[in-house]
Amino acid sequence: MAQASVLELRGITKRFPGIVADDHVDFDLRSGEVHALLGENGAGKSTLMNILYGLYRPDEGEIVVKGEPVSFASAKDAIDHGIGMVHQHFMLIPVMTVAENIVLGMEPVRDGVLLDERVAEQSVRDFSARFGLAVDPGARVDEISVGQQQRVEIVKALYRRAEILILDEPTAVLTPQEAGELFEIIRRLRADGTSIIFISHKLNEVLEVADRITVLRRGRKIDTVPREGATEAGLARMMVGREVLLRVEKGPAQPGDLLLEVSDLHVLDERGLERVRGVPFQVRAGEIVGIAGVEGNGQTELVEAITGLLRIESGTVTVAGKTAPQHATVREMLDAGVGHIPEDRQRRGLVLEFTIAENIALHDYDKPPASRRGWLFPGRLIERAARVIREFDVRGGGPLAFARTLSGGNQQKLVVAREVARDPRVLVAAQPTRGLDIGAIEYLHRRLVTERDAGRAILLVSLELDEVLSLADRILVMYEGRIVGEHAAGAGEEEIGLEMLGGGKQAA
Amino acid sequence: MTEPVDAAAGPPEEEPPAGFAVRLGVAQRAGGVAVPILTAVVAFAMGGIVVLATGHNPWTAYKGIFAGAGLNWFVHVPWNTSTVNLDAYNLSQTLLLTTTLILTGLAVAFSFRCGMFNIGGQGQYIVGLVTANWVGVSFAGWPTLPHVLLGIAAATLAGGIWAGVAGFLKATTGAHEVISTIMLNWIAIWGGSYLFGQGGPLQNAQDPSSPVSGAVAQSARLPVFWGSSLLQGLDVGFFVALAMLVVFWLLLNRTTLGYEVRAVGFNPDAAAYGGINVKRSYFMAMAISGMFAGLAGALDMLGYLFQYGTLDVQASQIGFLGIAVALLGRNTAVGTGIAAFLFGGLLYGTTRGLNPNVFDPGLAGNLTSMIQGLVVLFVGADIVILYLWNARRKLRLRQQEAPA
Repeated sequence: MAQASVLELRGITKRFPGIVADDHVDFDLRSGEVHALLGENGAGKSTLMNILYGLYRPDEGEIVVKGEPVSFASAKDAIDHGIGMVHQHFMLIPVMTVAENIVLGMEPVRDGVLLDERVAEQSVRDFSARFGLAVDPGARVDEISVGQQQRVEIVKALYRRAEILILDEPTAVLTPQEAGELFEIIRRLRADGTSIIFISHKLNEVLEVADRITVLRRGRKIDTVPREGATEAGLARMMVGREVLLRVEKGPAQPGDLLLEVSDLHVLDERGLERVRGVPFQVRAGEIVGIAGVEGNGQTELVEAITGLLRIESGTVTVAGKTAPQHATVREMLDAGVGHIPEDRQRRGLVLEFTIAENIALHDYDKPPASRRGWLFPGRLIERAARVIREFDVRGGGPLAFARTLSGGNQQKLVVAREVARDPRVLVAAQPTRGLDIGAIEYLHRRLVTERDAGRAILLVSLELDEVLSLADRILVMYEGRIVGEHAAGAGEEEIGLEMLGGGKQAA
Repeated sequence: MTEPVDAAAGPPEEEPPAGFAVRLGVAQRAGGVAVPILTAVVAFAMGGIVVLATGHNPWTAYKGIFAGAGLNWFVHVPWNTSTVNLDAYNLSQTLLLTTTLILTGLAVAFSFRCGMFNIGGQGQYIVGLVTANWVGVSFAGWPTLPHVLLGIAAATLAGGIWAGVAGFLKATTGAHEVISTIMLNWIAIWGGSYLFGQGGPLQNAQDPSSPVSGAVAQSARLPVFWGSSLLQGLDVGFFVALAMLVVFWLLLNRTTLGYEVRAVGFNPDAAAYGGINVKRSYFMAMAISGMFAGLAGALDMLGYLFQYGTLDVQASQIGFLGIAVALLGRNTAVGTGIAAFLFGGLLYGTTRGLNPNVFDPGLAGNLTSMIQGLVVLFVGADIVILYLWNARRKLRLRQQEAPA
């Protein structure tokens, strides 16, 4: 199957102010292969693909498509050369039909001006059948699932005669089942002669679907290896540059007192839609309870209700035996003993323009010793920050460094440090490792287990099923605002994945 | 390549984020000073081009404005403080305007630090003027100190309430502060016109025919320390304004209220997550902003105006100029102080201070408005300036690489 290269990137270098995103990277794609591009966040994968797709211009190096050197000024040039890209965030118009989205910009025309819907739908149907992409051309995009939307994106690229398909972290938004279907599609496309670049930072996926794997680290190409003989541990080492522990080491949980009890909780979102519909669960001291679920099934609202950011419509939240008032403020929940690692550390967790010292004071700036009678003591904030930085090994700057200047992993460490340093009874961790690289994930996971063993009750909400499976002592599955399944640690991925899609036995 | 992983340690930092972070920090700090300076220089340069286009010599014009602002006084050592000396007199007048501009600038800057744009400085200033005038006229016969303090306190409070309305509306209904403060400006302007106008409650009782307020009693007038009180000398309000720069800084950087205001200004979501009452912060920041503007009105009324007409109310622009002052001063205490002095000098140097034989005052007045507009425009476009700055650096980098 491996033939001549359809695409070659030679010595691609891209500099941004203060950083070299890609440093003389070579990459080649053979006809009809799946070539995975593997690397941590910030390794230069996305920059490289954006250069290939004409969104950035390289500072050095050349792009060769089918033996012919090319220069792309825009995505249109790339498309004209048979390159298609499915972005992590879909570029679809929700209120239009699948067919309309696919033909957008190159519509079949009837009577000079009108969209010929029949022809459009027929050609979409043809494409779908040819590649085994089950999509209904007449359905509105906002009414189909995320996995189907992704297929629409793929058909859209193929409709534009893409022979080279770039998939940017395609499984990030999918359930395990949907990911499995995607891999099936990828194999069929490959069999049909499409060459695919598969961008990922997930080792198991890469090993499952790729023919060859190129690893980038800090803007440099480390190596290109065939799948045969590659192992997760070996790839992880190439990505990170050292040995990595892929599994979380933890002893069995020793549940103690009941610290967090949520009963029949109902929560509306900002638009008044009911997003949490009667959720009950309990978390005891010394255990990690994981909530698995596909994004948008009420997890965010559940967390925000427990932490006082959203109003509770009905039901109760009880922390360490005390039931919170119905319209508890954030401050009241903090004082009740809830610590919160928010799902978006940059939007919620940190004031990026504040210094580390100021960020650490975010919850208690108005209490002694940080302040007295409204008078702030910056010296004390700095002293405390220096202590916390040392204790939690936050790197990248001292107490007066701005949070913005820290790496993502260290920003998250800063958030965790602040929350843990308050000694909360209950720690709510929402997607604590989102967007972090392997090394930082490893640290975060260890830390959560440490805090569990220190007797805190930990509620872990994550979209990464792997994370829930490897960390949680009990697993709850959330679907459309309800808990649809409860499992002990070590439960099967299959069953949980099915419940995440609403297909479980107890699904409402 | 492999190293043992310490349980407590995070990922080893092979990358140089520290270097990058430090450089970014330096660039931001450098950009923080360089951008406003560049802004001012470019604004003045473009003003010069327009002067040139009208057939005048920009060098002469700016020299005339410089002299008109009294800045020549600094050149002639030893400094002669007598205001019989024209340079000294002009400088005292520049400082009088600087006093007002510091405060109207702070009025914009404080709300800016909370993420809001207070366009209502003009209205809050007028409310301060009116209130100070009312107190200054009404309680004649009081001893000086309590009378002055009452006037200042009442006007400051009135300005705070006026802006507080906008803050309250934003906090409770989400009404945008730009819209509500603009509307409040008009209410203040026409309200003031009514109060000072013929038949108005605050109109001068001695002269019912002219639409002018009563005159502030002697007991409520601020002492003059430079020049003659008969010739509109510089009053002690100047020191109050300087003190307010310190208060502004302390309030923001040394109080929990300032912490809240800054957190909300940078990131309201994170502030809410931290337990800060975001709505309360909006209200407080707006009210404090208004207090600065109201204080400006009090110091002007009790310091040198004493009496104010409806036409003055409608023509006054000093509150709006505060926007340019705050923007050029980057909403910091020191920056606002410097920018206020710059605009104070420009304003006085192009109007009353200007020798009409040197440069046409009509043109000069427009020059001020133009520079003011350019500053606002450029500060809004400082991203563009930073971009050009970086492009220049990149170009130089490329040129260095080329021979290699």
